[in-house]
Amino acid sequence: MGKYFRRKIIIYLITFFVAVTIDWLIPRFMPGDPINALVGRLSNYPQATQVAYSNLQRAFGLNIPLWDQYLNFWKSLFQGDLGISITIFPKPVFEIIAEALPYDLLLMVPAILASYFFGNKFGAFAAKKKKLDNWVLPIWYMLTATPYLWLAILLAWAFGVVLNIFPIAGAYSFSLTPSFSFDFVFDLLKHWVLPFLSLFIVQLGGWAIGMRNMIIYELDADYSKYLETMGVPEKLIRKYAYKNASLPQITGLAVQLGIIITGAITTEIVFSYPGLGHILNKAILQEDFFLIQGCFLFIIIMVLVANFIIDIVYVLRDPRVRHSIGGEM
Amino acid sequence: MSLEIKNLKVYYQTLRGQVKALDDISFKINDGDILGLAGESGCGKSTFSNSLILLKAPMKYIGGEVFLDGKKLPVENYEKMKEKRYKDISIIPQYALNAMNPTVKIGKYIHDVFAYKNFSYKGVDNELKRRLKIVGLDEGILNMYPIELSGGMKQRMVMVIATLMNPSLLIADEITSALDVSTQKAVSKMLVEFRDKKFVKSIIFVTHDVSVLYQIADKILIMYAGKFAEIGPAEKIIHNPRHVYTKLLVKAMPEVGIKFSDTPLTGIPGHPPLLIDPPEGCRFIDRCPEKMKECVKEPPVIKVGEDHYVACWKEVKKNA
Repeated sequence: MGKYFRRKIIIYLITFFVAVTIDWLIPRFMPGDPINALVGRLSNYPQATQVAYSNLQRAFGLNIPLWDQYLNFWKSLFQGDLGISITIFPKPVFEIIAEALPYDLLLMVPAILASYFFGNKFGAFAAKKKKLDNWVLPIWYMLTATPYLWLAILLAWAFGVVLNIFPIAGAYSFSLTPSFSFDFVFDLLKHWVLPFLSLFIVQLGGWAIGMRNMIIYELDADYSKYLETMGVPEKLIRKYAYKNASLPQITGLAVQLGIIITGAITTEIVFSYPGLGHILNKAILQEDFFLIQGCFLFIIIMVLVANFIIDIVYVLRDPRVRHSIGGEM
Repeated sequence: MSLEIKNLKVYYQTLRGQVKALDDISFKINDGDILGLAGESGCGKSTFSNSLILLKAPMKYIGGEVFLDGKKLPVENYEKMKEKRYKDISIIPQYALNAMNPTVKIGKYIHDVFAYKNFSYKGVDNELKRRLKIVGLDEGILNMYPIELSGGMKQRMVMVIATLMNPSLLIADEITSALDVSTQKAVSKMLVEFRDKKFVKSIIFVTHDVSVLYQIADKILIMYAGKFAEIGPAEKIIHNPRHVYTKLLVKAMPEVGIKFSDTPLTGIPGHPPLLIDPPEGCRFIDRCPEKMKECVKEPPVIKVGEDHYVACWKEVKKNA
């Protein structure tokens, strides 16, 4: 057991290292130069521009060879320093992300858990009702193939513009200041509904299809047949089938996480929801190296941590995996 | 009278018509009998054993009656059979190695089955442990998952589970087919022991391997293409078969001490007929080396000895 997790952790560390390196490379391969954009505002004063340019380059550590930049990046990373944002100068990237992260969690955690839970339940339910199944299966296929941002736009149009029930931008009204008052929380929820729905609905279809197929497979498995020849009530057969069918779904969750986070990013852009996605979009448009790096770093960390949790859950849930990795716990 | 089958007919409903997989089977076995059921693939062995315990689509009940311990068994009624299954009539399935839920500990699995069937588990707890010992399994197995067991252990475990309620009838469906020869013998012996210890009243042992039957069966029933061919005491069937098909089947068994170069093993040429449109009269007619003009008519079942019945025109003629 310990060996299994040690190996897993090593694999995760390697993945982290490679991903972060790519994360560092990507902004530097982008065309353009962030300092240029920053000093562009001074274009009326050519001399000042030059001085400012070299000063800023030095300040951001972009004047030294790439290799040294890379080493410096790792060094400061271990000190918890992600650099200073170029666009929201001189705010540290870490602070910007720390402010945005709660909104991501607020959006993604409920969306993932709720869609996983309800999708699996609906899928299992439909699997036993043939007529219902014929009806809802195409709907689920449509849902799961829907791009997050397209559904987000549709929802914003329908509920925000036409029906005018929900606000379509921001995490709360600009007239309010964050506090734990009822007014603010209610306002927060109102802003949260549409982005949440666009994530929830798309994921729901995928989970439901997966569960439906798995349940049908499990109900046809030998152990289900044997329970039937023992005249055991269907309830137990379904209970067993549901548990066994949910195991591949957990793996599915691990695979899906990356996609879900990308979906969250595009949804946040549509709704101007101030999470990582929204900030990342801004950072890319303005070539803010450090902010881009910081955002990706957190996305990498989120995916890896979530995958690791799923690994643990999987081992706990499936005795076959536990068995194959070396005995009982 | 433990089990009596009267004119049982079960067909398969297909798009092209009805497949007459079990056509008018009648026989009786006594308490304590082990009935061996043999025949080629597709002769209706599995259809027969399934129709006794789990008759469902695409199988279709056409007619006939089944009596177990003198009481009529509602085989055609899926719901009514639910309370009979496992308690009165139980099966060790062909897929015994995969019969238990892989993600539930065996002890918990038995608990669950009993709880959902509203049986008291407490009452059988000691008996379960005693029987595990009989089949050579450790009590600790109840705390294990099926994946942790070897094939033979799983088979024995399922054997214990299937007989835990002391059913009147146990169906053993091809349970030795997936095992090697030495394990085959051990498993067959255990079944006999279960019968001797009265864990089960009688057993139907389904197989395509006649030599296994000879070791354990009291009576042997031979089927051909969904029809009754011959039933009789195991000794008689092996040493003095009467139906032409049985004779050929027994002849196809290898014997110790006989060299292949001297007397090559012979099979029965040809294939069983398609049961969607079987030939009139005796269904063996196309492959029978001794067919006569009467064979185009349905052969009657006649008694040729103590507990020995056969459906073959040759015997009818001989006894006429």
